[in-house]
Amino acid sequence: MNLILVLPLIVPLATAILTVLAGRWRWAQRWLSALGAAALLAAALALLEFVRREGIQVAYIGNWPAPYGITLAADLFSAIMLVLAGLMGLAVAVYSLASMDPARERFGYYPLLHILLMGVCGAFLTGDIFNLYVWFEVMLVSSFVLVALGGERAQLEGAIKYVTLNLMSSALFLAAVGSLYGVAGTLNMADLAVQLHQVAQPGLVTTLSILFLVAFGIKSAIFPLFFWLPASYHTPPVAVSAIFAGLLTKVGVYALIRVFTLLFVQDVAFTHTLILILAGLTMVTGVLGAVAQNSFRRILSFHIVSQIGYMIMGLGLFTPLALAGSVFYIAHHIIVKTNLFLISGVTQRLGGSDYLKKLGGFYAAYPGLGVLFLIPALSLAGIPPLSGFWAKLTLIVAGLDTGQYAIVAVALGVSLLTLFSMTKIWGEVFWKPAPARAALPASQVGLAGMILPIAVLALLTLSIGLLAEPLLALSTAAAEQLLNPAAYIQTVLGGR
Amino acid sequence: MTSLILSTAARYMLPLLLLFSVFLLLRGHNEPGGGFVGGLVAAAAFSLYAIAYDVATARRVLGIDPRFLIGLGLLVALGSGVVSLAQGLPFMTGLWSEYAWPILGKVGTPLLFDIGVYLVVIGVTLTIIFALAEA
Repeated sequence: MNLILVLPLIVPLATAILTVLAGRWRWAQRWLSALGAAALLAAALALLEFVRREGIQVAYIGNWPAPYGITLAADLFSAIMLVLAGLMGLAVAVYSLASMDPARERFGYYPLLHILLMGVCGAFLTGDIFNLYVWFEVMLVSSFVLVALGGERAQLEGAIKYVTLNLMSSALFLAAVGSLYGVAGTLNMADLAVQLHQVAQPGLVTTLSILFLVAFGIKSAIFPLFFWLPASYHTPPVAVSAIFAGLLTKVGVYALIRVFTLLFVQDVAFTHTLILILAGLTMVTGVLGAVAQNSFRRILSFHIVSQIGYMIMGLGLFTPLALAGSVFYIAHHIIVKTNLFLISGVTQRLGGSDYLKKLGGFYAAYPGLGVLFLIPALSLAGIPPLSGFWAKLTLIVAGLDTGQYAIVAVALGVSLLTLFSMTKIWGEVFWKPAPARAALPASQVGLAGMILPIAVLALLTLSIGLLAEPLLALSTAAAEQLLNPAAYIQTVLGGR
Repeated sequence: MTSLILSTAARYMLPLLLLFSVFLLLRGHNEPGGGFVGGLVAAAAFSLYAIAYDVATARRVLGIDPRFLIGLGLLVALGSGVVSLAQGLPFMTGLWSEYAWPILGKVGTPLLFDIGVYLVVIGVTLTIIFALAEA
């Protein structure tokens, strides 16, 4: 089935092209964007269902056989990530209809959004490590423009930090890919997995793996390479922040999990222990950074960093249950974090500011919004029965099983601090009486369009929490595929 | 400031450069050249016009919004990949005509892809140059 594998790439590209061609008609652009995002979600869901029933899928682009041509491969992990990308794309595309300003729309916001989605989907689908680099670039180039689009002063400052650090990471990634090619003589990931076991100097492979760890570490914002993230994520419009927060760092995490389960498993005692230590430090620094912040989106940005720690904690523990926890955590986190950013957009629209000091009284004025905030916020902190609880529980049980009590203690402590941060936002934005000057006439135009995706995502968080079993089963199956790459290698390389 | 020599030359250079760009595009099929350089030469022709006269004149001669060319080129390139899907082959598989055209030889979907690149390069280059010249 070639079509179903390339659809997640063709749909966003076609949407981007059509929105470019419809450039003069704003309404057409907006409808095309929303429809395209819905079609992407449908394509991703179809692929997930297909992979779940028929196993790992492969497409040889241009009919060039592996390992010479570029291969697309979708296992369960890829398919789950694609569905999440489609879901966030749709949520943000709908949210953008209500929240994006006409100037940014005229300068190509919608085509860029869909090219970004194509880059993300490409990164999840590719089975070739150089092609992964190319998809990273597609994603980054469009994100560079999105982060700077509008040209506000704060935006440009954030954009410079964002672009510089990400270019550095790209250069490292490219150097690492080049060296890997020099060592193994192939770029196909399945073929690499075979070849790397036969390399004469295993030390060299471990060194290369650390290069990849640094390159992907910058992109996924792990300790100590995260500082570009809180410096830039709060500057662009909320819809852009939300899609960045939901998807971009997670592509880095995806790449880390992919290479450290498929390629670099020669010296697990060293590499994965290092990842585990970094996971702990990432959690702690992220959450401590958040405590010191006083604006809604900056607190959320630091929490992204902290949460990345949990995702790679599962990778560091490297057991089936731990990896299942990682996959579950990523799914839970993408939904919850995007939702929190979207809510920060609503409070910014209504309260006229992003600073906690200037906001207040939202619970009295909009109790429904308060409930919609509490669901993802408490889920982020891991309060049962919400989705975050099951994600953390899985990881912590996996930690206890392997006797890694230190990381379990850290994970629990950080959860508590996360709860503190969320109660801080709750107290400042929702509970505290509105500041005296806040009586300015709030624009209610298009508010329903902003609330709709928030409500749907909150409902999803709730249902993952109450019915955790299907997603947990899916994550477990995905983790098993990741830990037993033989099937993946066999499918990609065929009968070789 | 307009120079009589430059503006007269630009008028005669434009068709020549465009012809040359198409030559490069087609030659790129088997030899050095291709959609990228071809597109650059074509964009250079219109840029020359913008320098000799002004951007508004160059836009009028182009007759189409360069951003539209970007979309059109991407559509052509995407189409070249989708053709093979319709025949049950993997995305972007090269398909070739049986009949050998005079001068061109056998044409196939890679040529279509190159034409897409050609249009995108013209579109992107001119969008940038016109925007900078107008700023």
